Amino acid sequence: MINEHMQVVFDYPDSFTEVVSHYCPGCTHGVIHRLIAETIDELGIREKTIGVAPVGCSVFIYNYLDTDFAEAAHGRAPAMATGIKRSLPDRVVFTYQGDGDLAAIGTAEIVHAAARGENITVIFVNNAIYGMTSGQMAPTTLPGMVTTTSPNGRDVELQGFPLKMAELLSQMPGVSYSVRRSVHDPGNINRTKKAIKNAFQVQLNQAGFSIVEVLSSCPTNWNVTPAAALKFVKEQMIPYFPLGDYKVADSIKSFVG
Amino acid sequence: MTKELWEGNRAIAEAALRAGVEAYFGYPITPQTELLEYLSGKMPGMGRAFVQAESELAAINMVYGAACAGVRTMSSSSSPGISLMQEGLSYIAGSEVPVVLVDIMRGGPGLGNIAPSQSDYFQLTKGGGHGDYKPIVLAPASVQEAVDLTYGAFDLAEKYRHIVIVAADGNIGQMMEPIELPPPRQVAKRDRGWELTGAQGRPRRVITSIYLVPEVLHKYNVHLQDIQREIEKNEVRYAEYLMDDVEYAVIAFGSAARAAQSAAKLARARGIRAGMFRPISLYPFPYDRVAEIAKRVRGILVVEMNAGQMIEDVRLAVQGRVPVEFFGMMGGMVPLPEDVLPEIEKLVRGK
Ligand SMILES: Cc1ncc(C[n+]2csc(CCOP(=O)(O)OP(=O)(O)O)c2C)c(N)n1
Ligand code: SF4
Repeated sequence: MINEHMQVVFDYPDSFTEVVSHYCPGCTHGVIHRLIAETIDELGIREKTIGVAPVGCSVFIYNYLDTDFAEAAHGRAPAMATGIKRSLPDRVVFTYQGDGDLAAIGTAEIVHAAARGENITVIFVNNAIYGMTSGQMAPTTLPGMVTTTSPNGRDVELQGFPLKMAELLSQMPGVSYSVRRSVHDPGNINRTKKAIKNAFQVQLNQAGFSIVEVLSSCPTNWNVTPAAALKFVKEQMIPYFPLGDYKVADSIKSFVG
Repeated sequence: MTKELWEGNRAIAEAALRAGVEAYFGYPITPQTELLEYLSGKMPGMGRAFVQAESELAAINMVYGAACAGVRTMSSSSSPGISLMQEGLSYIAGSEVPVVLVDIMRGGPGLGNIAPSQSDYFQLTKGGGHGDYKPIVLAPASVQEAVDLTYGAFDLAEKYRHIVIVAADGNIGQMMEPIELPPPRQVAKRDRGWELTGAQGRPRRVITSIYLVPEVLHKYNVHLQDIQREIEKNEVRYAEYLMDDVEYAVIAFGSAARAAQSAAKLARARGIRAGMFRPISLYPFPYDRVAEIAKRVRGILVVEMNAGQMIEDVRLAVQGRVPVEFFGMMGGMVPLPEDVLPEIEKLVRGK
């Protein structure tokens, strides 16, 4: 019951739909969705935003964000977003992609969208595993990490090294903003929120390609509790995938926070 | 209007521009490349989107995105590139967005070669990608016809919210013929109730091809199949030559039909009542017309620039009523009328 002494301090963002999500308990996909919804609200862009969903656990992101959405083939979201953005340059177009989607099957598409400096925003969710298909090794699986296809732990001699996408993409002239964040605690969630907002602002300023890599948990396929999963992000993932700003182009410094 | 001499690829590109194509995405491959080159020079200056993609896979997914955004969009390629596009085509079919694709076919399998071929009949007309769908496939036999089919392809794609493929072989893409170009069109912008443009003053829209519940996906497929039946009812196209009193019919499409037509004429000079039947729509295939022809001929010769692909549809239509023989050349070999004539004579002799 809200009376004159109470005020609402936490609620659904307007761009969020009020439905029960399909994510596992403790999964941080939902946190990242919320940050996008808050950003869309704050920038007042809900009615001109078109999202592109990936194939992965977040395939149904369009059930949770109240914007137009297209569902891409696995890994092709950056190509699809290119087609939408080139057709409707005054709309805001973003992709939301997992690590298998972006850094394995869709590597060519993300690298070339970045190389072209496509004026799109990419939210890249790195949970070091294939969530949707139940826990296979991902391009970002840590060395030694056990998955269903690296049952003895990822052996870098046989299975190669994890890809560091925020660093890799930061090398490209078409990229204006490439950062890595995490959502394992409130402080980092706030920093992630700020980065997501920056990334959308880059697009609104026609300043080129922007990407936020977000380290995210998958308690289900890491076989740990939600609390232990957040600890894993902090203690295991961040050392390999350091948080930080890998590229903040001079051209965007005046408006990113 | 006077006719002008145009090369096939460039003529197709110009026809697409005149039909109002707003966004093109493609990747170089012989013998189609001039189409991409031509549009790269024209579209940016016209305020239309042109992107040379990193692969055909990316190109078709860009087309998919542009189609979702509601603009007239197309790609073009040749056989190996079309193979790579099959993933995107399946998603496009599963999302019901209108797309135009031009395939300037070359020899396969594998890298094959860059010479003219009709090697893609199967992958174009039978679906190509996963799932149940068949794109509308139109096969021109001249540069003029390629222009006309391309010009009309966008309306057709939009009518059914489906894929329309103009399937020409390398001959049509590369040769020059006198043509008359259609007038440039302005396509009126209007909301058709499905395109993604931002949910301004309306509920959000989602374009997807995922339906997890079997009953729901079944129902959606039934709906897609209803559209295929509609297409099969309305869009059958073919051409006939000397078929009124025909005893021996030669059936061929695209540039193979040009040799078939001349061979039929040569056969007439030798007293054989030959005629030529040319499917223009490869899907929907003119089954009924071929079945009707089978009732009044003594034999049918199918001529293709492949190992015999369309012949399977001819045989389905003929249902064993009369002999159906085959003459094919592969690897980029193009049959001449003199190659086809002895095959007609063999058919007449019954061996
Ligand atoms: C062409 C193709 N190959 C494979 C798959 C199966 N598949 C679905 S999701 C997925 C991996 C998803 O992992 P990720 O992108 O890391 O996202 P997450 O589920 O972890 O959020 C795979 C391999 C597919 N749908 N399409
Ligand atoms: S499988 Fe992992 S990534 Fe997918 S919803 Fe569950 S916890 Fe999240």
